[in-house]
Amino acid sequence: MLDPGILFAGVLNGLMAGGIYVLVAVGLTLIYGVLHIINFAHGSLLMLAMYAVFFLWRLSGLDPYAALPIVIGAAFAFGYLLYRLVIGRLSHGRDENILLITLGVSIVIDNVALLLFGGNTQTVETPYASSFVQLGDAFLPLPKIISFVASLLICALLGLFLARSDTGKAIRAVARERQGARLVGIDVDNIFALSYGIGIACLGAAACLLMPTYYVTPSSGHAFVLVAFTIVVLGGMGSFAGAAVGGLIIGVVESLGGLVLGEQLGQIGISAIFILILLLKPSGLFGVRQ
Amino acid sequence: MRRQGLLLALALAAAIVLPLVAPGYLVEVGVLVFFLAFIGQSWNISGGFAGQTSFGHAVFFGTGAYTSTILQITFGWNAWLAWPAAVVAGAIVGWIIAILSFRAGLRGSYFALITLAFAEAFRILANSVSFTHAGLGMLIKADPRPANFQFRDPIWFYYLALALCIVSLLIAWQLTRDRFGARLVGVRENEDAARALGIDVFAEKVKALTLSGAIAAAGGTFYAQKYLYIDPNIAFGVDKSIEMLLVTMVGGAGTIFGPLLGALTLTGVNEATRALASIVPALKNVQPLSLIVYGVMLILIVGRLPDGLARLFHRVQRHA
Repeated sequence: MLDPGILFAGVLNGLMAGGIYVLVAVGLTLIYGVLHIINFAHGSLLMLAMYAVFFLWRLSGLDPYAALPIVIGAAFAFGYLLYRLVIGRLSHGRDENILLITLGVSIVIDNVALLLFGGNTQTVETPYASSFVQLGDAFLPLPKIISFVASLLICALLGLFLARSDTGKAIRAVARERQGARLVGIDVDNIFALSYGIGIACLGAAACLLMPTYYVTPSSGHAFVLVAFTIVVLGGMGSFAGAAVGGLIIGVVESLGGLVLGEQLGQIGISAIFILILLLKPSGLFGVRQ
Repeated sequence: MRRQGLLLALALAAAIVLPLVAPGYLVEVGVLVFFLAFIGQSWNISGGFAGQTSFGHAVFFGTGAYTSTILQITFGWNAWLAWPAAVVAGAIVGWIIAILSFRAGLRGSYFALITLAFAEAFRILANSVSFTHAGLGMLIKADPRPANFQFRDPIWFYYLALALCIVSLLIAWQLTRDRFGARLVGVRENEDAARALGIDVFAEKVKALTLSGAIAAAGGTFYAQKYLYIDPNIAFGVDKSIEMLLVTMVGGAGTIFGPLLGALTLTGVNEATRALASIVPALKNVQPLSLIVYGVMLILIVGRLPDGLARLFHRVQRHA
């Protein structure tokens, strides 16, 4: 069987990856909680943000961590406009329609990226990429630790923003009771676009934190889309705490699945969890029963 | 009605004569159109008529492709005999997924996501286990004799695809006429109202997905025999699922001719971008360009023309 030292390292590595998944999933669950739409373009938008980080580094030598404010701002603006100009305008009626529109958006983004950037794998080289920190028996890459801490910090800041600021209160009001929010004078359409923008801004942050240890290709979005949905469903659609716990669980499951079942079959853990949760407890761990 | 019949007879005659006079390249395009229309119709039965949007129909397509290919390669079956077995396998997978998902009460986006996850699970399994030859894929030994479901002259694949397409159109036509089809539309429009009218919503949805799975699996075997090679990404990849959804949504979900119209449109777009790429060398990467057009069409059609191009067609016809 597995050596406990390897197991320990696997769990730690999984937690580190899970930290960034949390950020991706928080964006998805925020969009779901407020707009009640499933954003199928989530993975593709993350891929786009990762390319933004890559090109900022390539063209101006900007470190991915230093790029955080720029990419977060740009991602927010992109998400806001995408909602205002495309999704919001065409999203009348059934939720499958919105799912299909965001699917269309993801097809367009993936292929524009393929057309413009080519299919090659791109990476960012940083001086600290090969620094390691020893934790017991396990050696952890320094950038993974930085990303893990930064990711949870950003989530906490977002939580604080939603809890304390006026805009945050308006967002929570719209999530809770759309009609009531409209009646007390909240501009609901604007809150929708803002929430979508914030959800995509989370992806911008995740892209900056991923790039020092990860690579990007036009199909990178695919790798994250099912993972992000699994986390959100596991935690409960629309639940903030659920996304955080779910992200860490999925990170560990993925890491241990690879160790126990091998590289290929290990990926099945994600799909299996997703199917089982949907079939047995669709409201997730922290979700409210509908 | 009479004029419609005449138009259909003319179109059918043209489709039969076309490969005899057209260059070989057009015959290949024709095979693609009818094949896409066929697997699109499978999506249309559950996604269009019954309104259960699926993001993972490749699970049925791949089940069919792998069942007939494994029966041939590993067990030495004749391809024609393996075909019905593949259809049965597709129906069983459709039945099981339907029972599980609909029993759990999954609708709308949740159903779409669980089908995606099923297709992904099948893809990973096919990629890891030995009886599918894992990531290497499966190569069917070329032995072009009609008894082996392999043809030297592509014209036979053309006529076979045409026949499949016609069968699928007849199934869809039957759905617009009989009670089963009417019940499915009832389920799509309002499940609660359908239930109140005494329709067994669960049973009808299960039947629709079982039928849909059988048809998609038949398409899977056809694909495997045409190209003599399948691998996990071809058979179970998300691209195939999206293709089946796209032709139907673009052409018109829940209409008889929607998938055929969509297949004609998308293949036309594909050929047009290919022609454009041969003129403009900077666009040598054709595939993404046509997919961008597909994506934009999907967005516009869902947002502005929910009944697809078929609706446009109908209006023109009615005015004429």
